[in-house]
Order: sequence, then structure tokens, then C-alpha cells
Amino acid sequence: MAAAIFLIFAFLAVVCGLNVVLRRHPVSSALWLIGVMVSLAVLYALLGAHFLAAAQVIVYAGAIMVLFVIVIMLVNAGAEQRSTASRMAQHAGLPLLAALLGALGYVMWRAAPAGKVAGAAAVGKGTAQDIGRALFTTYLLPFELASILVLIAVVGAVVLAYKEMD
Amino acid sequence: MDGVPLTWFLMLSAVLFGLGVAGFVFRRNIITVFMSIELMLNAVNLSFIAFACRLGQVDGQIFAFFVMVVAAAEAAVGLAIILTVFRNRATLQIDELDSLKN
Amino acid sequence: MNPYLLMVVKAALVTGALLFTLLYIQWVERKIIAHIQCRLGPYRVGPHGLLQPVADTLKLLFKEDLLPGHVNRFLFLLAPVLAVSLALISISVIPFGPEIEVAGVRTWVQLADLNVGVLFVLAISSLTVYGVVLAGWASNSKYPLLGALRSAAQMVGYELPLGMAVAAPLLVSGSLSLREIVLSQQHYYGGFFPAWNLFRLPAPQVFGFLVFLVAAFAETNRLPFDLPEAENELVAGFHTEYSSLKFASFFMAEYANMITVCSMATVLFLGGWLPLFPAQYGSNYAPALALAAAGALWLYHGLPSAFRRDRWSLPAAGVAALVAAGLFLIPAVQAIFTPLFWFLAKTGLLLFTFIWVRGTLPRLRYDQLMRFTWTFLFPLGVANLMVTGLLVALRA
Repeated sequence: MAAAIFLIFAFLAVVCGLNVVLRRHPVSSALWLIGVMVSLAVLYALLGAHFLAAAQVIVYAGAIMVLFVIVIMLVNAGAEQRSTASRMAQHAGLPLLAALLGALGYVMWRAAPAGKVAGAAAVGKGTAQDIGRALFTTYLLPFELASILVLIAVVGAVVLAYKEMD
Repeated sequence: MDGVPLTWFLMLSAVLFGLGVAGFVFRRNIITVFMSIELMLNAVNLSFIAFACRLGQVDGQIFAFFVMVVAAAEAAVGLAIILTVFRNRATLQIDELDSLKN
Repeated sequence: MNPYLLMVVKAALVTGALLFTLLYIQWVERKIIAHIQCRLGPYRVGPHGLLQPVADTLKLLFKEDLLPGHVNRFLFLLAPVLAVSLALISISVIPFGPEIEVAGVRTWVQLADLNVGVLFVLAISSLTVYGVVLAGWASNSKYPLLGALRSAAQMVGYELPLGMAVAAPLLVSGSLSLREIVLSQQHYYGGFFPAWNLFRLPAPQVFGFLVFLVAAFAETNRLPFDLPEAENELVAGFHTEYSSLKFASFFMAEYANMITVCSMATVLFLGGWLPLFPAQYGSNYAPALALAAAGALWLYHGLPSAFRRDRWSLPAAGVAALVAAGLFLIPAVQAIFTPLFWFLAKTGLLLFTFIWVRGTLPRLRYDQLMRFTWTFLFPLGVANLMVTGLLVALRA
């Protein structure tokens, strides 16, 4: 049953990912990317990371992608034009990508520790209590630094995008 | 009720990462390039969480959490930069943002 | 009993109740706003306009279902579907009552209890922005697009105070599961004062409740924050190009969102299905008393009425209410329906507040709205969270 859920949502994630890369209009790419994120959220829940699954939907699909979609609609630049880049790069691209994927897949097949995750075999440490405990004890310094980073990003974004109203 | 082998998750992560790289290298629209970066980050998150589940620790999930936070900050600043570039250049094709060339 | 069958029965019951409520909440709203404005509201279609929603549904079904030529067809059709389905999904984790036993089957009056239930509801509410944004984008026209972008910015801007207001009772209740949050409010101070999160001793969540309510008004696009969809602003906002059933879906989605946030406020701040005073002071008889009072009132107004229709319809309703009050005196019925009554009473009170505010307050302008959230509501939410955290830490 866990394998069935995994296969369905993995297939969905790959299809959505392909569409992100292949679509001409950025809004379509953004919507397919939301599909990828929601499928990944289901996979995180399958792995027992419930808090992260919810955070993925709230932060990634519900805030970051909304930002992307709003900016694309504001800018309204239209679909992407045909590329004028070199033909050789375009023809060599797909085989090289396949080679990269093959290499990555081979390394993982050989080097990954055997064992099953997800379903009944999952150890299942992913509740908010576990994450909170780790975040506020072992990883307290990175947590505080991350909050400063987000503050810097907020200030930076406002400064960059600020337009005088006259 | 059987579990799912770890390698399946890692393969999925590799495929998504490869797609992200392809989008990053081949697409011309700067926002689509940015979205391919987000795709790559998501693929890496999946790897982290799969390993966290396999090793029975929560540290991988903390890593993934921080990746999400950094991705959010990066998206905010990156989109602000893109907006400014669009205001000055009226284009989103990265081919045409070449005024520093030659 | 087969757990799958039980789940199907519960889901069917909840869905049926929810759809019926969605239909009639529109009637309630029209009546209340009418009475605030010193007029009668729907009156002719059925006794006191009770069949008006049915008439409206039929009208909308028979209206011409336009698909304008210039729209992005797939997204145009997807947006209302997304809006309605997301609005209806969040009800599945709300606890309506405790564990009950009906005909030998023990079950909680809740469809599914996720251990991250609060985050689930927040996640669904952050996805509802897409219904609005896609509707505006797909319409391929400037007014819907502007309305959709404004609405999206408003909803995202008010999600932050909503999150802060939700985080404070979590500190006090100590769990993300909605069932656990209600169960943690189960005791009584001094034997009679309820320990709802609104009154909880280390940190009474009064400001949290207010921030949550105001943010909820903005999240559901209700007055005073309904600029993106008001009729006289930007033509009709993001649903300008929609007609008939798709238009009705957006309104259904808005009402469903309203019910969801009122239920969340009840669970997080008002103690969910817990009664106001403990059972030993007779809180089990509250529904019977309320129904008897309503029945008596209807009988009193109906019998000497000048209108011929009121002379039989109101007393009939009064007698039905008295019979229901009698039913509520049976202990078996009491055990199942009293918590449900309390939950519905609290949620109903909050829904009445939503409708009351709609009939009373003027609309906020867009820049006032955005300034309000970023300079007042969000800092207030953060301050509430910090004070709550401090008080909880000092107590523990």
C-alpha cells in the first residue's frame, strides 16, 4: 500500500517536473511546480515527516509559489521566445542530461544503505514535538541565524523593489 | 504492509534534480530558471528526509527545514531583483541581459 | 462495524450537514442584514423566505453558463473547482464532539484527527489564494486580474497574523492536534469557570482571539476587507467573467471558508464542544432549555399574528421546537447531541458576528487594509505570542 502511494505520487511529481521544464509560459511552469510541491508533501507525509509535509505546503506551495505567481502576473512578460542559442548545445543537451541522471542513479544504487523506509517499517520521528526539541536544543544557533537571514531577506527585498510613489 | 526501499526515493530525487538542472541550463526566461532552482532544492529536500527516516533521526528533517527557510529568503530577494531588472530592461529573456558582454 | 463503512457514513453525514448549512447560511445572512437595515428580507418564497435558497439555486442552474471566448479555458474551469474543494476539505479535521457510542459503535465525532491538524488547516487556507489568483488570471481581462492580485496580496498579508494568533493557544494547549487542544480545555476553575483558551490562566488569549477574528475576516474576503470582490469596486473583482454555477461556486467557497474559520476559532479559543458550565450545574439541559424558549417565543408571536401565513407556520415551528426540546431530555440523545449543540452554538455566534459586521462596518480601502495588517495586526500577533510564551514559561 505504501508502495502504491509512492508510485502514484512519484509519477505525478516527475510528470509535473517535466512540465515545469517544458512549458513555454512561466505561469504554466509555476502551476506545475505547485503540483510537484504538493506531491512531494504527500511523500514527506509517507516518510513520517508530518510537520515538514505541512510546512512544505504552507511555506513552499502556499507562500513562495504565490510570490512567484504574483510576480509573473505583475510583470506579464508573456511566453518565452524561441532560443537563438547554438544548435549544438540543444542537440547535445538531452543525451548529456541522460548521462548525468544515469551516473547519479548508478551511484545511488550502489552506495545507498539497504533497507526500507515508509509504510509500517518507518521509524517515524517527524512530529512537531521531535522537530521542536531538536530545533531548540541542538540546532538553536542555526535557528537564530536563519531568523536573521530571513530578516535580511525581507529588508533586502523591500529595498530592491521599492518604487517611489510620486 | 511492506515499506518502500530507500533507493526508490533517491532515484526520484535524482530524476527531479536532473530535471531542475535541465531547466536551469536550457531555459531562457529568468523566472523559469529560478523555478528550476526551486525544483532542485525540493529534490534535495526529499533526499534529506528519506535519509532521516532511514536512519531514524530527525536531523535530516531539520536540514530540510533550513533548506526551506533559505529557499524562501532566496525567492524573495531573487524575485525583487527580477522585478528591478524588468523595470530597467523590459525583458525577462536572459539572452538579452548582456550589456556587460564585450 | 467495518471501519471503512463507518468512515463513509460519517463523511456522508458531515458533507450533507455542511452542504445544507451552506445553502441556508445565505438565507440567515440575508435575513440578519435585512433586519439590521430595518427591512424584512426574503419573505415571500415559502414561510419567511425559507425556500429562497432553493429558488436561488434553481435560478443559477438555469442561467446561461457562459464560457467567454477570450479566457484560458482550463484555468477558467479549474479555479472555482479548486476554490470549492479546498474550502470543503478543511472541515474534515474539525472535532465536533467527544467520543460517543451509537448502537454499539464507539467513535469520535470527527472525521480525521491528524496529529498536525492545525497545520493542515493553515496549509489548506494558504492554498485558497490560488482559487482567486487563477480566476483572475484565466479571465484574461484587466479588472479581474487587478482584483485577483489585490485579493492575493491581501490574503497573503493576513495569513501572517492568522498564523501568529493560532500559535499562541498552541503554546497553552501543548499540541497541534485539534482534538487534544479541545481536551486540554476540559477543566473548570473553581469548579464553575470554564478553562477555555480565551480565559486560560497562565495567559488568557483575548488578544489572540481578536487578532484571529480580524485576520479571518480578511482571509475570507468578508467586509470590512472585501474590496477585491465588492460589486462596485473593479466591476466585480476576480469573478467578473464568471456566471451561473461557477459564480455560485465562488460564493459557496466563501461561505465554507467562513464556517471553517469560525469552527477553528471555536476549537482554538472557545473550547470546542465543551459546555460553558460543568455538567453538575445542569449544562446537559441547556439545549432543551434553548429549544423550549425558542418554541415558546414562536408560539407567542405566531398565534395572534396579523398575517395569515404566520398564524400556522410560526406555531408549527414552535411546536416542533418544543417536541425537540422534549427529545433532548432523553439521556441517550443528550449524550450524543449536547456537545454538538454547544459547538454549533459557539460557531453560530461567531458566524452571527461575521454577518453582523458585514451589515454594520464600511469597507476598508486597499492601502488602509494593507497598512493595517503590516503595521498593526502582525506586530500585535507577535507581541501576543511573546507574552504568552513568557507567561507559559514562567508558570512551568
